[in-house]
Amino acid sequence: MPDTTSVKQTLIAKVNENIVVSNVSFINREISALLPFIFVALLLAEHTLLQNRQPFFQKPYFTWIIEVLVVIFAVAGIGANKFPAFWSKFLEKAPLLAAFAGFLIVWDFVTLKLALLPLPYFPSPAAVTAALINEWETLGISALYSLRLLLIGYGLGVLLGLPTGVLMGWYPRFHYWVNPILRSIGPIPATAWIPLAMVAFPSSFTASIFLLVLACWFPITVMTWSGIANVNKAYYEVARSLGASEFYLITRVALPAAMPSIFVGLFMSMGVAFVTLIVGEMLGVKAGLGWFITWAQGWAEFSKVYAALIVMSVLFSGIITLLFKVRDEVLVWQKGLIKW
Amino acid sequence: MAERIDQMVIAAVKKISDGSGALAVNNVQKLFVDPTGGNITALEAVNLDIRPGEFISLLGPSGCGKSTLLRLIAGLDTPTSGSIALDNEVVAGPHYFRGLVFQDPTLFPWLTIRKNVAVGLDARGILKEKEEEVDEYIQLVGLAGFESSYPYQLSGGMAQRAALARALVNHPKVLLMDEPLGALDAFTRMNMQDEILRIWKDRGTTIVFVTHDIDEAIYLSDRVVVMTPRPGKIAKVFDIGIERPRSRNYPDFFEIRSDILELLHFAEKNKPEYYL
Ligand SMILES: Nc1ncnc2c1ncn2[C@@H]1O[C@H](COP(=O)(O)OP(=O)(O)O)[C@@H](O)[C@H]1O
Ligand SMILES: [Mg+2]
Repeated sequence: MPDTTSVKQTLIAKVNENIVVSNVSFINREISALLPFIFVALLLAEHTLLQNRQPFFQKPYFTWIIEVLVVIFAVAGIGANKFPAFWSKFLEKAPLLAAFAGFLIVWDFVTLKLALLPLPYFPSPAAVTAALINEWETLGISALYSLRLLLIGYGLGVLLGLPTGVLMGWYPRFHYWVNPILRSIGPIPATAWIPLAMVAFPSSFTASIFLLVLACWFPITVMTWSGIANVNKAYYEVARSLGASEFYLITRVALPAAMPSIFVGLFMSMGVAFVTLIVGEMLGVKAGLGWFITWAQGWAEFSKVYAALIVMSVLFSGIITLLFKVRDEVLVWQKGLIKW
Repeated sequence: MAERIDQMVIAAVKKISDGSGALAVNNVQKLFVDPTGGNITALEAVNLDIRPGEFISLLGPSGCGKSTLLRLIAGLDTPTSGSIALDNEVVAGPHYFRGLVFQDPTLFPWLTIRKNVAVGLDARGILKEKEEEVDEYIQLVGLAGFESSYPYQLSGGMAQRAALARALVNHPKVLLMDEPLGALDAFTRMNMQDEILRIWKDRGTTIVFVTHDIDEAIYLSDRVVVMTPRPGKIAKVFDIGIERPRSRNYPDFFEIRSDILELLHFAEKNKPEYYL
């Protein structure tokens, strides 16, 4: 069978592709592995040896962390050169880690050491680190509050948008009646409803949930609907000639066929959910990372603002990564997925 | 040799014991509305009786209504007038009795090959009882070992085999194939023709096979229905009396071929001697 061999060949080619580890660094491996150590050591020297031009009265958490990192990266660098296979992940990320340390050197230098940037708006990395550690409890609780609001709002929005989109894609009459609502209400940024929502709902919490649901509902509905409307009609014909009922066509043909599009909607919804969440917390809700930022800003404690931004970045990036993981799992059948 | 005869006996028994799969196309007309509002006569007064277990080809140039006729038999469209019946039951919509294979394999890309083949049984809610049959048909079309592959990992020929297994696992009374080998290269194509013949002999299913390849039609069929366009209609039905297994360069082959070409005004009547 000639076609069997050709498929085997493509499979083998795929495997080979995965074995050849992408080589990002352009310097030789021994030096590359030691780069993080070298740069973190430079950072330590810069931070401890130069004179401060900005006041700094916090505990030296930043220095401690760098000291620990110097040791870790020294070990990692040597280890990676001895056992490159075992440390391949570190080797791959080594140039990035070094670059990040370089960034910290520049940041520390222009703030703490030269005072080139005005305070309190541009604190040094040491000040931000101190804020992150001193405020970890408030930050953690705020993150949990944000997460709760986000998950409830996003979850309800998806739960509402998915069936709306499916029905719109499947039943022309449903589309006829719902489309005008979708078209007129959908494009309004949910945050524009804040003044109304704050008076219409008993608490700022429920108001924010309403806003999040509204924000998430639109993209997920549109992408589900268009995904279902664009399914290759031949799939339905084949399925019907195999004995499929209408329910089977919707749930087992239309929905999976529309999945790639639905995931675009899920990502878009997540994006607007982040915005709506933070704006809602900044303007009404008395908890969460958005609230923390306005609160810290009120006291002109910008190091805390940056600390909150870092927490937000970790949290939101984690959520997006999780969503990508789910997508990769659900859409394994798609050729050439982009990895996050 | 004895084994061969055994197989033929088994096949014959299967056909007799089954005995279903008779198609009757009665005076079928199909009109489409063109963009300017006028009518296109896709099919005009088509009459055709197909015997149970027969291998019949619909042959003709593009636009002569082959696909239209096949879709009407499948129940995906309804005739403007006239009727189609399978075993004396009028066709009203798609049914798993009438299996379909398109030129594009249209496998569901989100399912593995095994699940694709099993879709019919799953949709009918009888997959649990018939799990082994899925494997049996995957074997039959030569796809063993590719059960957990996804469609994008298969070549065109293999995908078409999977589509064939997917239709067959439902035990259709009629298998409707619309240029199923049209997208394959010449060698894969000849390979698949023999596979289809083998499976047809094995199962005894009636096959209606659409093609615009004259040699393919003659090589495969009991009868070749030659159609002409504008309006789409049956020009002539050729009985292919050549015994199976057929040789692709049997002299009778060329005679029928030149008859069909002449009917379609692509050639003057050639004497077979020219070829010999
Ligand atoms: N859905 C349709 N709408 C309008 N015209 C159609 C449609 N399907 C087929 N036709 C027309 O009917 C004629 C026969 O088409 P078809 O059955 O696809 O031919 P074949 O399969 O033999 O190439 C063509 O003229 C084609 O344009
Ligand atoms: Mg056609």
